[in-house]
Amino acid sequence: MDKAKRPETKMVPVPSTNLVPERDVDKLPVLEARNLGIEFGGLTALAGFNMAIGRTEIAGLIGPNGAGKTTVFNLLTKVYQPTHGTILLDGRDTNNMTTVQINKAGIARTFQNIRLFSNLSVEDNVKLGLHNNINYGMWNGILRLPAYWKGERRAHEQAMELLSIFDMQDLAGNRAGSLPYGAQRRLEIVRALATKPLLLLLDEPAAGMNPSETAELMENIVKIRDTLQIAIILIEHDMNLVMGICEGICVLNFGKIIAKGTPREIRNNPQVIEAYLGKKKEG
Amino acid sequence: MTFLSFLISGLSLGSVYAIIALGYTMVYGIAKMLNFAHGDVIMVGAYVCFFATTRWDLPPTVGVLLAMVVCTALGVLIERLAYKPLRSAPSLAVIITAIGVSYFLQNAAQLLWTSNPKVFTSVVGNSSIKLFDGGLTISVIAIITIIACIIIMAALTWFTGKTKMGKAMRACSEDKGAAQLMGIDVNFTISVTFAIGSALAAIAGVLLCSAYPTLMPTTGAMPGIKAFTAAVFGGIGSIPGAMIGGLLLGIIEIFGKGYISTQLSDAIVFAVLIITLLVKPAGLLGKQTTEKV
Ligand SMILES: Nc1ncnc2c1ncn2[C@@H]1O[C@H](COP(=O)(O)OP(=O)(O)OP(=O)(O)O)[C@@H](O)[C@H]1O
Ligand SMILES: [Mg+2]
Repeated sequence: MDKAKRPETKMVPVPSTNLVPERDVDKLPVLEARNLGIEFGGLTALAGFNMAIGRTEIAGLIGPNGAGKTTVFNLLTKVYQPTHGTILLDGRDTNNMTTVQINKAGIARTFQNIRLFSNLSVEDNVKLGLHNNINYGMWNGILRLPAYWKGERRAHEQAMELLSIFDMQDLAGNRAGSLPYGAQRRLEIVRALATKPLLLLLDEPAAGMNPSETAELMENIVKIRDTLQIAIILIEHDMNLVMGICEGICVLNFGKIIAKGTPREIRNNPQVIEAYLGKKKEG
Repeated sequence: MTFLSFLISGLSLGSVYAIIALGYTMVYGIAKMLNFAHGDVIMVGAYVCFFATTRWDLPPTVGVLLAMVVCTALGVLIERLAYKPLRSAPSLAVIITAIGVSYFLQNAAQLLWTSNPKVFTSVVGNSSIKLFDGGLTISVIAIITIIACIIIMAALTWFTGKTKMGKAMRACSEDKGAAQLMGIDVNFTISVTFAIGSALAAIAGVLLCSAYPTLMPTTGAMPGIKAFTAAVFGGIGSIPGAMIGGLLLGIIEIFGKGYISTQLSDAIVFAVLIITLLVKPAGLLGKQTTEKV
């Protein structure tokens, strides 16, 4: 597979103010947020948020602390109900959907603060993600009918296959809470992938990782996209990671989009440099 | 010999407490609420079994099954109507609602079945086993109660540890939000928890009334409180904790009655609880060391 150093993607306009990678342009965007916004009491955490994501795009969402990045994920997954705007997932309006329905319709995510089921085993964390997809029914499960064993075996195989993305098969029996920090972050990604998403949301996946772990993670994120052909939005403060693998980047500041474009455009955008990159001495 | 006979009575009473405490602790583990109406579900289960066996002359097994079905439905219904709308309400509101449901059930029972005590017929008859040339008498119901408790404990351990639904329950008890984002239906999981807890309450009701045959609308109240105490004693949220707490409570109560004073036995039970909580605020099997359901 081609490594993290990818050629600059050509981004082309789609209706409204959005861009998607050229290869995705003749397909329906996997996600389209239109004029999305939310207020908490008097505070406007997000306003006028527009974004379209191509079916196989890796997009970045960046911005200073408190800019509203995690809030975007919480809105997309209906943890918060938007006070304004529309979210189209795979062309469907998600207005009346619950968090569970959103997951079944194709969005999975990880968390800024790891939220694994730490008392369950690594394998069980992944299997719970497979939840929706194994349907041998409760009675088969209770009565342990052959269909149950077949389903169990399939679940085990699928869990192992997913764990192999990060070479974690050997850890399958460990308690999730006992894993080192980096492994917990990777497991969260595996658990999210187990729900077979069309769109994967990663909230600061490299937080707390060392540079070599981060480099490996970058490779693996690209590998996941290439093999599963899904879209990924990642929130990240590590600019090497963002600039290295994202095709489109969206910059938030105080709940508003201040810039959108390819890594090169973002790197050279004066507003972005002022609001964010200036301090980081990047690009 | 009296020691052995006290021990067996204690274990048997403790088994009933343990079965009830399992319902408290599972519901607490997942819904993070104290379902004070749980004790009254026991009473309903006992009435259903009573009417099934003595009025409609159904066999005892059918009576027990019917009680379980009715209590399961009742438990799920209570959760839907009374607790689900309060999912994000302050815990005080939920506790007060639970107390309200408890009184509602007691009063409804009074209205339906009057407050005159009914004499419950044991589901296994009143036979007993004599050992050591009549030196030790063990009632069959005591043995059955202890065995039922062991089976239930083993089944629940298997259920929460091995089945998909059981694992989903443990996931929900750790982090409902994350569970939902993984596509786990938290409301359904909570319903299943109430269903299991209430079915166990029915079994507990039948076992309790088979050993102590006076059945009236308040029959469930005191065992309910004792079982709640047992759950806290063992470490609320923990399944093995509920089991150990229940058994110890039953043994302490019977020994207190037998060796110290009949009047003081309840005071002794609660004194032990208070001392335990002063030393171990999280109960015997504290949070970190146990597997919450
Ligand atoms: N539930 C909430 N209630 C009130 N205010 C909230 C809530 N969630 C987020 N906010 C506010 O919304 C703003 C954006 O928060 P958000 O968590 O989205 O920031 P972020 O961009 O993810 O920051 P960070 O990089 O620190 O993770 C902050 O001012 C935050 O205090
Ligand atoms: Mg954040």
